[in-house]
Amino acid sequence: MAGPAAPDCVASASGIAKAFGPGVRALDGVDIEILPGKVTGLVGPDGAGKTTLIRILAGLMAPDAGTVAILGGAPSERLDDIGYMPQRFGLYEDLTVRENLTLYAQLRGLPGDEHEAVFARLYQFTDLGSFQDRLAGNLSGGMKQKLGLACALVRTPRVLLLDEPGVGVDPISRRELWAMVGELTAQGIGVLWSTAYLDEAEMCDEACLLSSGKLVFSGLPSDLTRRVDGRVIRVTGFAERRRMALTEALDRPDVIDGTIQGRAIRLLIREGAPVPDAATLGMGTDTLVEPAHPRFEDGFIEQLGGGPRGTSALAASYREIPASDEPAIEAQGLTKRFGDFTAAGDIRFTVPRGEIFGLLGPNGAGKSTTFKMLCGLLSPSDGTGAVAGHDLRHAAATARASLGYMAQKFSLYGDLSVRQNLDFFSGAYNLSRARARQAIERMVEIFDLGDKLGLNAGMLPLGFKQRLALACAVMHEPPVLFLDEPTSGVYPVMRREFWMHINGLVQKGVTVLVTTHFMDEAEYCDRVTLIYRAEQIATGTPDALKAQAAALGHLADPTMEDAFIALIEEQDRRHAREEAA
Amino acid sequence: MKLNGVRFNGRRLLALVVKEFWQIVRDPSTFLIAFVLPMILLFLFGFAISLDSYGTRVGLVVEDSSAPAMRLAQAYQHSPYFDVTTARSVEPLRAGMIDGTLRGIIVIPSDFGEGVARMRPPQIQIITDGSQPNTAQFVAAHAEGVRSQWAAIENATRGVSVSAPVDVSARFWFNPELNSRYFLVPGSIANVMTMIGTLLTAMVVAREWERGTMEAMMATPISMAEFVASKLLPYFVLAQFSMALCALASVYVFGVPFRGSVLTLLAISTAFLMPALGLGLFISSATKNQFVASQLALLTAFLPTMMLSGFVFEIQSMPVPIQLITHIVPARYFIPALETVFIAGDQWGLILPNIGMMLLFGAIFFFLSFRVTRRSLD
Repeated sequence: MAGPAAPDCVASASGIAKAFGPGVRALDGVDIEILPGKVTGLVGPDGAGKTTLIRILAGLMAPDAGTVAILGGAPSERLDDIGYMPQRFGLYEDLTVRENLTLYAQLRGLPGDEHEAVFARLYQFTDLGSFQDRLAGNLSGGMKQKLGLACALVRTPRVLLLDEPGVGVDPISRRELWAMVGELTAQGIGVLWSTAYLDEAEMCDEACLLSSGKLVFSGLPSDLTRRVDGRVIRVTGFAERRRMALTEALDRPDVIDGTIQGRAIRLLIREGAPVPDAATLGMGTDTLVEPAHPRFEDGFIEQLGGGPRGTSALAASYREIPASDEPAIEAQGLTKRFGDFTAAGDIRFTVPRGEIFGLLGPNGAGKSTTFKMLCGLLSPSDGTGAVAGHDLRHAAATARASLGYMAQKFSLYGDLSVRQNLDFFSGAYNLSRARARQAIERMVEIFDLGDKLGLNAGMLPLGFKQRLALACAVMHEPPVLFLDEPTSGVYPVMRREFWMHINGLVQKGVTVLVTTHFMDEAEYCDRVTLIYRAEQIATGTPDALKAQAAALGHLADPTMEDAFIALIEEQDRRHAREEAA
Repeated sequence: MKLNGVRFNGRRLLALVVKEFWQIVRDPSTFLIAFVLPMILLFLFGFAISLDSYGTRVGLVVEDSSAPAMRLAQAYQHSPYFDVTTARSVEPLRAGMIDGTLRGIIVIPSDFGEGVARMRPPQIQIITDGSQPNTAQFVAAHAEGVRSQWAAIENATRGVSVSAPVDVSARFWFNPELNSRYFLVPGSIANVMTMIGTLLTAMVVAREWERGTMEAMMATPISMAEFVASKLLPYFVLAQFSMALCALASVYVFGVPFRGSVLTLLAISTAFLMPALGLGLFISSATKNQFVASQLALLTAFLPTMMLSGFVFEIQSMPVPIQLITHIVPARYFIPALETVFIAGDQWGLILPNIGMMLLFGAIFFFLSFRVTRRSLD
């Protein structure tokens, strides 16, 4: 893509390099083109350089090297043609929806007599018409996203730069956003959509894959997918042993990647190797091998040289959690009310030892509230809960001591070094000096932290931060693990490595509770419960939920995301019927 | 930011000012800092923290029994500032000084009456507790005050000249009752204006950075000059409103005289807002973080205004190096100007140099903030 920009592109950049301080190269020789009427996906994990590139295209930063052209001019001369939505939308939370729109319209010099017509069109487009007088701060995440988009569109731009519009937005809002972008491209606007979700890349017309500041792929998403055509298989028929099956499959030399999909496992076969049949895999007589539809992520993983192997060194050294008749995690009618507002109502589930249980739901549905009650961080207004046999009401501290907690964000001290973080957490979990030393040595070896011990945790690459967070959470070998959005925005290879460890630990009898709105994570769960507007609207295995959704929405082979949307929409319809009655 | 590149568009500026206005109106913390806090401060300084103390326990040694000496002793005994224990010599009072029940000893010497009769300035001795410098100063000042009042009466009624002390401070002169509220109230106006001008301004620009709205603003065609102006104008007006509120409260609630004109007051406070707003803008542009900005604003604006402006501590009694530092505190020029306009009136000779200094600091801070404010995220 280097060389003179195609005459028909609305924005182009070539040879872009940008460094923040010595040795921190955010971008290293990146070329990108945005075509009119197309969605160009800028895909990459957190910290790949996506935001920096978008800011350079928007004229908010100057590149150290390379050239940028927006409609043939410098970005600063073409501000009127650029629509830009930053990651945090750029909304004034203490202004109303209308005031935000008016402000941006005036700043962008939209003539006053056109305001009403443009606003009417945008209200219709975003469905925000009935919220005109609501403060932007009181909108839901999805609605803020739409308002942010509307503000970027007050003067129809020719280039629209969207910085991670899909982050923190539930699947329904995300789907609506894609539909809106589709309408815009139909008008000939060139859209740049940046994302950390590889599944979004498949929806783009063009995809640019960014990794550590370098462009590793650019072209049609199907070009990347086609490379792995015929090498992706779906294996079923081993019922409850799927984690074991995945571990075994990943340890085979001809398998370069694998994930769990409900009751099935999905494998990517090495290029040139024959696609194994059921007999070759040796997983039993009921095993069924079918070809599967290749995805963008498969192509990306192959490009990176495959995912991690199957056996977890962490699990190998972990203690065996003794079997018990008691459920490891139990919620009996957990309810939390804040004044008149019910944040979580009558949540019930039990998780037996050695299972992964998922809490799914849109932002603000109540999954974090439930999670916090089970952690003993919030006391329930009603109901009881128990972790590893310890009642939350009477022994919250003991219950907490028997669980490991990991959130992808905020759980580490960024200003402490890796070693200091490990030391701190071993102290916080009250390990004896000898055990602490042993545990730290083990973690350093398993997670390959040896040469990073002196670095501040905040300076680590995201993947290592995640490793460190997991290390700190499991150092005291707890029987129960709580994971809060553990892998959103993380490199897909790192995400696999993470789940490889979790799968290994579960086989040792560890019980895992995970909250997520990231559908790939839901697939790893034995059972999930969908929480929506503080209510539990569906509980079951991922496959059962998909089947339920398939029946509701007449869908053939729905994905977890389809199921999520279908179930929530059904709940909305039921709600509407009850209101009408 | 190049000054020759400043683009100014009235409509865009208006849109930004309207936005800022709504933010001020809807943000309860702005309202608290601009209107409630000033009132709390003013009432605190005006009523609760009075530097005047009444009934300070002192010893009085009257070694002379002449009529003038008796009249002076009586003046001390009747003074509301002192609670007097009388003795014939210093010796019996020494213990009281040591255990702290007495804050000072005033000695009327044995040759006092003789000195008055010979028209020679009578010497009285004032012994104070140097370990408590504030109280010591107070005792000395009030003892001297009572003496000079006695001297004036003596002068008028008996034609006896007992020469008033030469060193009469201006404050003493215009504030004959030694009412500290008179100079505390203009001082607290300075504090309030610093709070709004520097603290609020420092927070609001940093807030735009923190909430990511700065990024969205930069992606629109606004110029940095418009942005900066939209921050300054509303807070300028807000600060003037608080100032008016404080001034009204000073005059009508605390009974501070207002001998100057409103326009002069406006000119003085406008001059002070230049360095105050400029510093706030500089801090927030340089830090881009509300917490750091508020700490810096407290450290560089609020505390100096409190401690180094002559408001709480008199500048003349500070060590010389600290006295030199006070010259770079804009409030040092604001408070005397305010005192002048309130208590003495429109004395331009006193006010103009102060206004000049404030404008100079304002220019420096504005220059610095334009240096650090760039239309870029780098």
